[in-house]
Amino acid sequence: MSGSTENVTQNPSENIIEIRNLTYSYPAYKEGEVPPIIFDDLNLSVKKGEFVSIMGPTGAGKTTLCLALNGIIPHVCGGKFLGDIIINGMNTKEHTISEIAKVLGIVFQDPESQLFCMTIADEVAFGMENQGVPVDLMHTKVQRVLEEVGMTGRDDTNPFHLSGGQKQRIAIASILSMEPSILILDEPTSGLDPIGKKEVFSVVDRLKRERDMTILMIEQESERIAEFSDRVILLNNGHIVADGTPREVFANEEALRECGISTPQVSEIALRYNDEYGTDYRFITMDEALAVLKK
Amino acid sequence: MSIDTTKDPVLQAIGLEHTYDNGFQALKGIDLTIYRGDYIGLIGQNGSGKTTMIKHFNGLLRPTKGKILINGVDEATMTIGKISKQVGFVFQNPDHQIFCPSVSEELAFGPKNCGMSPGEIKDSVEDALESFKITEYANHPPAILGFGLRRKVSLAAVFSCRPTVFIMDEPTVGLDHRSARELLDIVGELNSNGCTIILITHDMRVICENTKRGIVLRSGKLILDGTTREVMSNIEMLEQTQIRPPQVIELSKELSPPDVREFPLTTDEFIKKFIKAKKAM
Repeated sequence: MSGSTENVTQNPSENIIEIRNLTYSYPAYKEGEVPPIIFDDLNLSVKKGEFVSIMGPTGAGKTTLCLALNGIIPHVCGGKFLGDIIINGMNTKEHTISEIAKVLGIVFQDPESQLFCMTIADEVAFGMENQGVPVDLMHTKVQRVLEEVGMTGRDDTNPFHLSGGQKQRIAIASILSMEPSILILDEPTSGLDPIGKKEVFSVVDRLKRERDMTILMIEQESERIAEFSDRVILLNNGHIVADGTPREVFANEEALRECGISTPQVSEIALRYNDEYGTDYRFITMDEALAVLKK
Repeated sequence: MSIDTTKDPVLQAIGLEHTYDNGFQALKGIDLTIYRGDYIGLIGQNGSGKTTMIKHFNGLLRPTKGKILINGVDEATMTIGKISKQVGFVFQNPDHQIFCPSVSEELAFGPKNCGMSPGEIKDSVEDALESFKITEYANHPPAILGFGLRRKVSLAAVFSCRPTVFIMDEPTVGLDHRSARELLDIVGELNSNGCTIILITHDMRVICENTKRGIVLRSGKLILDGTTREVMSNIEMLEQTQIRPPQVIELSKELSPPDVREFPLTTDEFIKKFIKAKKAM
């Protein structure tokens, strides 16, 4: 390893995800066309057990990043791919998508795009079947993950008859059953109503507390991000504009303005309060804001 | 402040009930008057009856009991073609309604079918292109535009029919914050120019920052109807339907004496009331 770039941490073995000098563009639509560069020398590492939220406007490269992490880029999509992505010690260029899938699972934005079985039990077992898990173990695991997402007792229900929040929880269960060490959620609540959002976030909260998993969540719901995340990354035009704790990032006015993203209202209030009183508050919860404002 | 009832009613639901063929009663007696120039935020969980109610406004469903008046005329006497000239509805997914080879043809499709003259069609297409700031894309095929632009095209294509009432289902879903802001600014302008707007959304910040009146449905009944401030300040009632108002409202409640019933709706209002006013004291 050349090992002199800033992004290499002191103990690289702790990093379950390492993106080194990634430059990527999709293949050209038409012959002779020069496709836009999505990432230009991107470096990012994620430690085992971290909960990282990624925010950014449309076109920032958030979904492309997900696809690169599980090897769909470049294996399926092709394009110009320079640099390395190391997932749990595996270089994605040298390993197949199915090998990577054993450690890294993705839940997509639209649950219907990943549900296709006739019953909940079949849906959740599908990934394990493809991994050759013995049948009796499979039954036990199906029940365990359904319990984790709060969807037990409905094994024979058709997933398409469920509400949006329930469908998304089944999609999460079907990934959890394969016991990945890394879970990626690509805007898991964007199409859901408030009850559905609440259901999905409570599952995410439980995973964070009870499983020793590394979670990468692409989300726009800043208040939830503030609640769950160890770390927030703002992505814009394929570049990392800010990277820190929710408290640091939601106080970084310049970066927030550049990305044009929404922050928790309490964080906005902190910045405006600081303008008035010359203080340096960085609220991310209502309780913190109240403690100061009640004075 | 309360709702301005001095303006003309454009849409009225009187004892509106709807029971589907399978016996499910989706609407259980709705009485509601919508006035010209209203900007309504329609709130309710999935299954509360929002979509069923809206489908009565644009004639896709007919009441099983009660009636709907559009500009004072009983909807039962009108054809769906006639209704759709007055009540425009924009789907949540723009791709469900985009199908023409160019943006300007997409925008002309509705007016043509409403029987406008070629001159009127030209004017209303130009007006819609301009209102939604998509004139530069007039000759582009809409299907290959980005999602935010496709959304604008789908709204403009309904607006070009010059409806009296403009209903939008979750117009900001799938847009990033900046594009959503831009779209809502355009909708706000349409409203200032006299267009009656009904905005369906689950985003309470969008409701607070944009609409003037709030309507909340639960299990087929209208449970709240008032100014956006009155409705969003009624935290207890919203809670019953599992809706949480934005943080500024909850903070304001904590910071206000118990008899205060109306709270700031936006960060700006909050700052003015609780930080600037306090500092000035």
